[in-house]
Amino acid sequence: MRLRKTGLLAPVNDIIDLPTPSNISYWWNFGSLLGLCLGIQILTGVLLAMHYRSDVSLAFSSVAHIVRDVNYGWILRYVHANGASLFFICVYCHIGRGLYYGSYSRVLTWIVGVLIYFIMMLTAFIGYVLPWGQMSFWGATVITNLVSAIPSVGGSIVEWIWGGFSVSNCTLNRFFSLHYLLPFVLVGLVLAHLLTLHEKGANNPLGVVSLSDRSTFHVYFTIKDILGFLILLGVFVIIGIEPRIETLLQDPENFIQANPLVTPVHIQPEWYFLFAYAILRSIPNKLGGVLALFASILVLLLMPILDRSKIRSLTFNPVAKFFFWFIVGDFFILTWIGSAPAGTEPYVLIGRIATIFYFGYFLVLVPLLGYLSNLFYEYNGTT
Amino acid sequence: MLRVEADDQLHPPHYPWSHDGILSSLDHASIRRGYQVYKEVCSACHSLDQIAFRNLVGVSHTEEEAKALAESVNIEDGPNEDGEMFLRPGKLSDYFPPPYKNDEEARAANNGALPPDLSLMNKARHGGEDYMFSLLTGYCDPPAGITVREGLSYNPYFTGGAIGMPQQLFDDMLEYEDGTPATVSQLAKDVSVFLKWCTEPYYDDKKRMFMKAFLIISFLTGISWYYKRHKWSVLKTRKLAYKPPVK
Repeated sequence: MRLRKTGLLAPVNDIIDLPTPSNISYWWNFGSLLGLCLGIQILTGVLLAMHYRSDVSLAFSSVAHIVRDVNYGWILRYVHANGASLFFICVYCHIGRGLYYGSYSRVLTWIVGVLIYFIMMLTAFIGYVLPWGQMSFWGATVITNLVSAIPSVGGSIVEWIWGGFSVSNCTLNRFFSLHYLLPFVLVGLVLAHLLTLHEKGANNPLGVVSLSDRSTFHVYFTIKDILGFLILLGVFVIIGIEPRIETLLQDPENFIQANPLVTPVHIQPEWYFLFAYAILRSIPNKLGGVLALFASILVLLLMPILDRSKIRSLTFNPVAKFFFWFIVGDFFILTWIGSAPAGTEPYVLIGRIATIFYFGYFLVLVPLLGYLSNLFYEYNGTT
Repeated sequence: MLRVEADDQLHPPHYPWSHDGILSSLDHASIRRGYQVYKEVCSACHSLDQIAFRNLVGVSHTEEEAKALAESVNIEDGPNEDGEMFLRPGKLSDYFPPPYKNDEEARAANNGALPPDLSLMNKARHGGEDYMFSLLTGYCDPPAGITVREGLSYNPYFTGGAIGMPQQLFDDMLEYEDGTPATVSQLAKDVSVFLKWCTEPYYDDKKRMFMKAFLIISFLTGISWYYKRHKWSVLKTRKLAYKPPVK
């Protein structure tokens, strides 16, 4: 089969002959699931854009039009809205997998991955503005205002982003344009993510070089990925049949048309931003909060430097494993704090402790645990 | 997800709605009765501007009935050849006419309170139909120590307790065409189901389609799980052995 190894078909061969470690677990399915999520979002998004109108007087009713009058429009909207949630569930599993098994040893892949995550958050935030409900408007107002924390030029930048002096028609229109553009930027980055990954090949649960035991991508991993796809589609369907899950993912405020004169009691982003929102609110200073917000994501970039352990993956490191589950728990606590009312005890205190632990884990615990692991690794019984 | 709400509000209990079950559709007889309640009671103040008469066809009314309902209201149309706006009987394609010309008129007629549009009300409040049922049946005297401003009513399910809308539903205030006794709870339940349908007109389609999808996907998942296991069985049952070189 020379044809598929040369010329145009060579990239396709990545899902045929690609040597893949035999021992990668189901945690390695999230990469392909994320590809599926991106595909679903782009497909439904392009179809929704055919019926959506990005004008403040029409946006809210055009969504109602899609749901009520467009043939199967409600499915498009349902899949696109809940697809965002599933997308983030998958991305958090994917990042968690990377942290646990030390996948950041593929440094370039990891950096591109963090960039993908960052642009994904941006795309999701901008997309949430488009239905022009109350939370769309007020979420956009709060989050874009964060930029004004930048000293001296912040105010001008915010007005430049808004295209006016408040979140307005200009803002909605440019957000729609960007929401259509950014997913294709993501596609490009995803290709870069894959290209850099295939330099070294996938990591594996043991964290060892796996050249001695690899299998072809097809049929082993194609069938495993298809099984994963079907389970994800099953989750979609379960959310659709059991309405209470969907209610959990939606904010009632966003079924009220945006009204600049009425502020909702609790302004909060979608669940997938709540952990970062909690970190933002835990810092008593506005600029400090914004910096912490960005740092909470950018700290991931430092992982290849912070973890000096000679043994990749936590599989053989029970102490680090123990603390890993603390950071997972911390993520859930921050998510909960992000949805709690602002400025109320004990949520503020819990939020601050969780924030300190969040950064403490990456900046102190990871280097320390790596150092300890190296001590044990090099221990030869003579002290 | 745990969510902490303002404490000045009673949370509605969960009622056993007949459409709750995984295999259950909306109760269409209830939607029809609920439409009657909306038309005779709610529509005096609340608009329902995303719903057209054509939406009722095949859901709660036949095409002839819906046409007759549409013709019973006058819709402003125009301009005609002379440039004048005129009134004509409604058609199936017309949306439900709003009770007020604009928000200002609505506020002026209701002590400054704006009766919200009900098209998405089921999703626009925490608790959905449980909230609506509780609110409509929950009017009571304010507890000792709480005074409600003149023109407002007390309802523990409403944020803050003081609601601009007085109690609207009373026993036997209307006569159902199917003879169902029109008690307050019956009226509240029917209009809640009607508004649930207004918010999610695709509710039944969604359930039907997703049930089919669920069956197909479960079947395919089973097959691919088995096929995956079959293909992997070779890899999974390998035995690695070290054979020292023969001397």
